[in-house]
Amino acid sequence: MNSLADFLPAAPEIFLALSALALLVLGAYAGERATMALNGLAVLLLIGAAALVLRPVLAGGGIARQVSYYGLYVTDGLGVFAKLLVLLGAGLSLILAMRYNEREGIGRFEFAVLTLTATSGMLTMIAANDLISLYLGLELQSLSLYVMAAFARDSVRSTEAGLKYFVLGAVASGMLLFGASMVYGFAGTTNFDGLAKLFTDNDSAGIGVIAGIVFISVGLAFKCSAVPFHMWTPDVYEGAPTPVTAFFSVAPKIAALVLFLRVMLDPFGGLFAEWRQIIWAISVASMVLGAVAAINQRNIKRLMAYSSIGHVGYALIGLAAGSAAGVRGILVYLSIYLFMNIGTFAVILCMRRAGKMVEGIEDLAGLSRTHPGLALALGIFMFSMAGIPPLAGFFAKFYIFMAAIDAGLPVLAVIGVLASVVGAFYYLRIVKLMYFDEPKGSFDAPGRELQAVVLLSALVILFFFAWPDPLVNAADAVAAALFAG
Amino acid sequence: MASWPLLSLTTFLPLLGALAIIVLRGRAEDVARNARWIALWTSLIVFALSLALWAGFDPTRADFQFVEKRDWLPDFNITYHMGIDGISLFFVLLSTFLTPICVVASWVAVTQRVKEYMIAFLVLETLMVGMFCALDFVLFYMFFEGVLIPMFLIIGMWGGPRRVYAAFKFFLYTLLGSVLMLLAILAIYFTTGSSDITEALSFNFPPQLQTWLWLAFFASFAVKVPMWPVHTWLPDAHVEAPTAGSVILAGVLLKMGGYGFIRFSLPMFPEASAMFAPFVFTLSVVAIIYTSLVALAQEDMKKLIAYSSVAHMGFVTIGIFTVTPEGLQGAMIQMLSHGVVSAALFLCVGVIYDRLHTRDIGRYGGLADNMPKYAAAFMIFMLASVGLPGTSGFVGEFLSLIGAFQVNSWVAFLATTGIILGAAYMLYLYRRVVFGTITRDDVRAMLDLSPREVLIFAPMIAVVLWMGLYPASFLAPMQPSIANLIERVQVSQRDAAGARLAATVTP
Repeated sequence: MNSLADFLPAAPEIFLALSALALLVLGAYAGERATMALNGLAVLLLIGAAALVLRPVLAGGGIARQVSYYGLYVTDGLGVFAKLLVLLGAGLSLILAMRYNEREGIGRFEFAVLTLTATSGMLTMIAANDLISLYLGLELQSLSLYVMAAFARDSVRSTEAGLKYFVLGAVASGMLLFGASMVYGFAGTTNFDGLAKLFTDNDSAGIGVIAGIVFISVGLAFKCSAVPFHMWTPDVYEGAPTPVTAFFSVAPKIAALVLFLRVMLDPFGGLFAEWRQIIWAISVASMVLGAVAAINQRNIKRLMAYSSIGHVGYALIGLAAGSAAGVRGILVYLSIYLFMNIGTFAVILCMRRAGKMVEGIEDLAGLSRTHPGLALALGIFMFSMAGIPPLAGFFAKFYIFMAAIDAGLPVLAVIGVLASVVGAFYYLRIVKLMYFDEPKGSFDAPGRELQAVVLLSALVILFFFAWPDPLVNAADAVAAALFAG
Repeated sequence: MASWPLLSLTTFLPLLGALAIIVLRGRAEDVARNARWIALWTSLIVFALSLALWAGFDPTRADFQFVEKRDWLPDFNITYHMGIDGISLFFVLLSTFLTPICVVASWVAVTQRVKEYMIAFLVLETLMVGMFCALDFVLFYMFFEGVLIPMFLIIGMWGGPRRVYAAFKFFLYTLLGSVLMLLAILAIYFTTGSSDITEALSFNFPPQLQTWLWLAFFASFAVKVPMWPVHTWLPDAHVEAPTAGSVILAGVLLKMGGYGFIRFSLPMFPEASAMFAPFVFTLSVVAIIYTSLVALAQEDMKKLIAYSSVAHMGFVTIGIFTVTPEGLQGAMIQMLSHGVVSAALFLCVGVIYDRLHTRDIGRYGGLADNMPKYAAAFMIFMLASVGLPGTSGFVGEFLSLIGAFQVNSWVAFLATTGIILGAAYMLYLYRRVVFGTITRDDVRAMLDLSPREVLIFAPMIAVVLWMGLYPASFLAPMQPSIANLIERVQVSQRDAAGARLAATVTP
């Protein structure tokens, strides 16, 4: 472990961490004038990190599973896939944030730095092959996110969101750490491969390890805001500055779900029958609560919070299936979810009336007359989230339910589709406001960058059905590789 | 001819028209006028293409024709597979026939957001045609459920005062039914190893599984048909929808349920179908009698016709589950006839609604005096709906009842009372609207049919009479397919009975 090549597997994380430090220095010297430029630079750096993630693929070789740093760190297909999604989510939300921060008077360069450190943490989470590196990545991510939630430091709501997120997040991290220590105490190792060798079947784990797994699940469920550890989500989503909410709703969620998947399937894969019921219950609770609780929301950011809780529930069906088909379903779901959510938040960022942001869903009334393009895009996102074909959201759910039926979980699938009908109600309500109601006033003209993001996401969601092969096949290959080893 | 992907062309051409309308720019009136003309020409060309389908269709074959098959998701064995047989051919024709009529019917009635309106109808046409042509479950489901989006917008954007309630009810009701079907489709996919419909049609599903799958499909199709007691979305949706929306709803969307029963439930789950047939008969008979009585009491014209639709579709479900040649042909003709006749009746309501802006039956009366052409057209459709010999309605009801009589004479007897009740409410409606003396000045001032309206009704009258006087041209292409279907059902029912017998004998 002393040549440069030994460090290469973690090149994206190292690159992002160094970039964050460099941006910090640059920002400190250049002052606030350069914020926009630094933001742009950060986007380029994220693209650079994506190139580094893709390096093994670009170099022509396939993505073989490779464990490095004395077993702490793993690079595999799942990692590459998820890292690209996280980087894409981070990059797009950074683009959404640029002008917003400037206009809201929070245009400070630390935003880009924090995004980079958080992203670096997420990549580490995804690549964790040991409970220690898992915790390191998770904390690097979480600490950056706490600060980002409170980024509008003069706003009471934002600081409250940050504080709430921090206190509850710290408790969850503590739980996770406690669970990890229990697992270590009973198993004698923190390494995933070592744990996987120990727990090959259901009889191989004692009650202590099971308790440890439960605590770890609690921590991870909190991070991806699954019921019953979702309480922070609506408040933090509502309070945080909107681009931060957009970021929260995609990148950390994808990272946490992939981590969840890896922890459950890799070290504890042999204990499938033990933890399956936990995931089953979390999944059902999330789907149902996400569908029912969103009905009465008046604030669009809160509504999106509940919607994201519901989506996590659907994604977790794939984990409850515990099969290659399930992993494939989760990956397809997360990819499509990323575009639906970023697109929706881009539209929410366009909701600006006479220079002030508005967040009530009633403010969308008559959008189809004042901004037909935006209304069409948001309509596409809403129908897609409700899972109506031929939009991409349908295929996301399709692959998930496919895995559920294949794994013999018809009850979970039936609950899932019924919850999706309930959920369709509030998505339709937004369509109704935009298309059936009379306008109450127009929004300010949206910025170029917002329009571009909305257009990109809408096209992806609308035309996914015509060319689903690349995404589905990639997810399929990744999932198959995960179960082959 | 064979080298042209005629089905795909028929299916996706309307989207091209919609695209052309999207890019229209300029003054509002110009955009509206161009949108109307583009929509009309697109739908007429599509109709011409579907006539070419009919002309090129070989009526002696029972298998699927004009088949197109391309890779879509090769790793999953999910393909883009299209094709039509004698059963789906006429539904495609019905869809393409009604769309231009809808466009013309909305020519002056729709003044708000014409561009979006025409786009919605063209997209709807693509989805309807695609649904009847799809030979892959995933493709089918995509079209089947995609229909909800434009229909939701049509009811909600151009509908009446309670349009929001009606649109939500329509959407959520039908969605609830179809998501269960989605799970059944996935179960079929894992049982047969492919999502291809033609493979599933000849696959023998285990009896236990058949029951569950049949119920899941039933949940979806029964809501669409709609069968009593899940019909309650229909009167609301019809009353609030704009005229053309009601036309498509009654003309084509209800047929998706009947088509589903014939295409999927019968051949794929023959034993479950036999088991549940009495259940379907019961619901259908209740629907026929109950909704006919409800129709008698209606004061709103659209609601009356909506309830009559539920009753007429009851004959369809009876005919289908008799699994006799007469019953199935009757169900098919009844569906086609109802597609044209109820669509025309909604247009008749639309004509006077455009003039007086009320659907209240009591507000009219004596229209025969000042609107003779209208009274004549209305009479033909009214009598066709009642089932007068010589009109299409008679052929459908007669054949379905023959089928029913062979299976269960009580069902036939009770269903026939529905015909009497049907005559009662339709004649009562006609008497109150058209006969009598004119008592109000605004009614007296109503003008007779304009040339545009005559243009709408003329082809529909022609079809109604053609189907009534010479049904052979419609029955001939569908006979091989239906015979094939019945054979398939009977063989597998016999095999299953044989297997049960063997199981009881061997131990």
